Amino acid sequence: MLAFLLRRIGLLIPTFIGVTVASFGFIRLLPGDPVLLMAGERGLSPERHAALLKEFGFDRPLWVQYWDYLSGIFQGDLGFSLVTKNPVIDEFFTLFPATVELSICAMIFAVALGIPAGMFAAVKRGTAFDHTVMGTALIGYSMPIFWWGLLLIIFFSGILQWTPVSGRISLLYFFPDVTGFMTIDAVLSGQKGALRSALSHLILPTIVLGTIPLAVIARQTRSAMLEVLSEDYVRTARSKGLSALRVVGVHALRNALIPVITTIGLQVGVLLAGAILTETIFSWPGIGKWMVDSIFRRDYPSVQGGLLMIALIVMIVNLIVDLLYGLINPRIRHKEG
Amino acid sequence: MSKQVDTDRAAATASDASPTAPAAPIAATEPLDVRSGGTRAVLKEFWHYFSENRGAVIGLWFFTAVCLIALLADVVAPHGAIEQYRDALLQPPVWQEGGDWRFILGTDAVGRDMLSRLIYGSRLSLFVGIIVVTFSLLVGVVVGLAAGFIGGAFDTIVMRIMDIVLAFPSLLLALALVAILGPSLTNAMIAIAIVQQPHYVRLTRAAVIGEKGKDYVTAARVVGVGPLRLMFMTILPNCMAPLIVQGALSFSTAILDAAALGFLGMGAQPPTPEWGTMLAEAREFILRAWWVVTLPGLAILLTVLAINLVGDGLRDALDPKLKRS
Repeated sequence: MLAFLLRRIGLLIPTFIGVTVASFGFIRLLPGDPVLLMAGERGLSPERHAALLKEFGFDRPLWVQYWDYLSGIFQGDLGFSLVTKNPVIDEFFTLFPATVELSICAMIFAVALGIPAGMFAAVKRGTAFDHTVMGTALIGYSMPIFWWGLLLIIFFSGILQWTPVSGRISLLYFFPDVTGFMTIDAVLSGQKGALRSALSHLILPTIVLGTIPLAVIARQTRSAMLEVLSEDYVRTARSKGLSALRVVGVHALRNALIPVITTIGLQVGVLLAGAILTETIFSWPGIGKWMVDSIFRRDYPSVQGGLLMIALIVMIVNLIVDLLYGLINPRIRHKEG
Repeated sequence: MSKQVDTDRAAATASDASPTAPAAPIAATEPLDVRSGGTRAVLKEFWHYFSENRGAVIGLWFFTAVCLIALLADVVAPHGAIEQYRDALLQPPVWQEGGDWRFILGTDAVGRDMLSRLIYGSRLSLFVGIIVVTFSLLVGVVVGLAAGFIGGAFDTIVMRIMDIVLAFPSLLLALALVAILGPSLTNAMIAIAIVQQPHYVRLTRAAVIGEKGKDYVTAARVVGVGPLRLMFMTILPNCMAPLIVQGALSFSTAILDAAALGFLGMGAQPPTPEWGTMLAEAREFILRAWWVVTLPGLAILLTVLAINLVGDGLRDALDPKLKRS
């Protein structure tokens, strides 16, 4: 297992370097040089321009600049936001919990509905239930989620007036940031109604962000389950007289879940991409909205830092999924050795 | 990324099958000749399996209809896409009170006919899909073939570069690329094509590696077939099944991503009647005029759904392993 772990981590090193090169290159690929970009619309005298180029070190060879950038990353230095003048890394970690909270809720929503739906669809293959579940899943899979969010707002916030339109909590409540997770902080604050308010803000974004993972998980569970149900050991278990529930729920589901877990892990990248749209629609103050806003404000150091951090998170999650997969399924870790 | 899982599976099963598997039932009765008369038989057999999937056939009909509407937009659209009728701002669709037969699906905030804009918008979405799939398929297949065929250090380097592209969530990378190139529909298409590229490279490479060691390739090599001919004429045709399925899936992803970029203001710019851009413009009327928000999204959903239905049908018809079960 250790060898497997080391090999996986070894594979990440070139990708990590590549990702840093990509985010380093991002600012240099933008039209105009970095100093002009920072100066924005005010403009600069040629002397000041030259002086600033020197001050930031943009006149040095590219590889020296890259080396500085790389060593900065290892010290947690991603530069400063042009708009707020705060360190990019601080901004990132201030907003990150909001995205994590939303993503976790979306994932729970997707898994809790997707696995049972896919399982029953497989067991009742060919029935109306199966067709309905799979049809719905295909619609969810094809859904432009930014539009889906608007529809939910029209219905639940506009017509029914059940849920708020945007933000994480009502302005009536104010309490200190302890964990960064609004639901937990609301409980900790002990204020009456705070948790309710936080949850009502959370529900629509959760549904919107969870829709595509839900569809994918339901489809994947169904096909994995169908494959497993035709195996000999399932037939054996049945012929031994075990109850249908036990055969499906215990014997078959355990093996069917192996590919599903990989799918769930792969959805993390999908969630982060979906967060860009979901957070924009619901004004959810997380990483996705921050990235879009930074692009519009031409706050390029923030965009650069965000790109790097998100890529690193995706890489780490994929690594964990790989390791989990190796743990559940020993064939993988021995075969590649 | 989710789609990747599906198609990887398709790649795995397709490479398990013998190179002539899609035509197996025919081969039993007559000698297989894919070049001449065989092509028709293969197509006929393909249609037989494809048409078993009712959803896929419905999707295909709908998609054909969208294509026709896009081609004939100038004839079918009752008004111009950017023509403004100042006397009819935010007019509701005809079946609602205050509706008018002049604007069947109503008008938007500056008095443009919704139906005409949706019709012209179909052109843009299909165009995006076609360009993105063509570009990423061509480049991806060539790079993937080369990586799988040449192997060694070249293969390693190519695959690591693809890993880097895949480390970024696709929409985020597309956004960053558009930030570099500047917001426009053309740049959005370039960005989406670059983002989708690695899927084709991986699929082709996996299929090539599966096929490379088979007897028919060795036979061709022994006869003295050159490397280029070996790559494109001998191996490639037998790797097509997963690529076709991926093509359908990435067509729909391209439409969705282009609309998402348009919605974020980083794709087609107003007054272009692109569906995502139309949604972005309509956002402020969300509670006042449902039709300006609902219709463009519905157009995106139905088009993407139709293409995904076709994609599922293609996978069932082209995947020999699923076919037998």
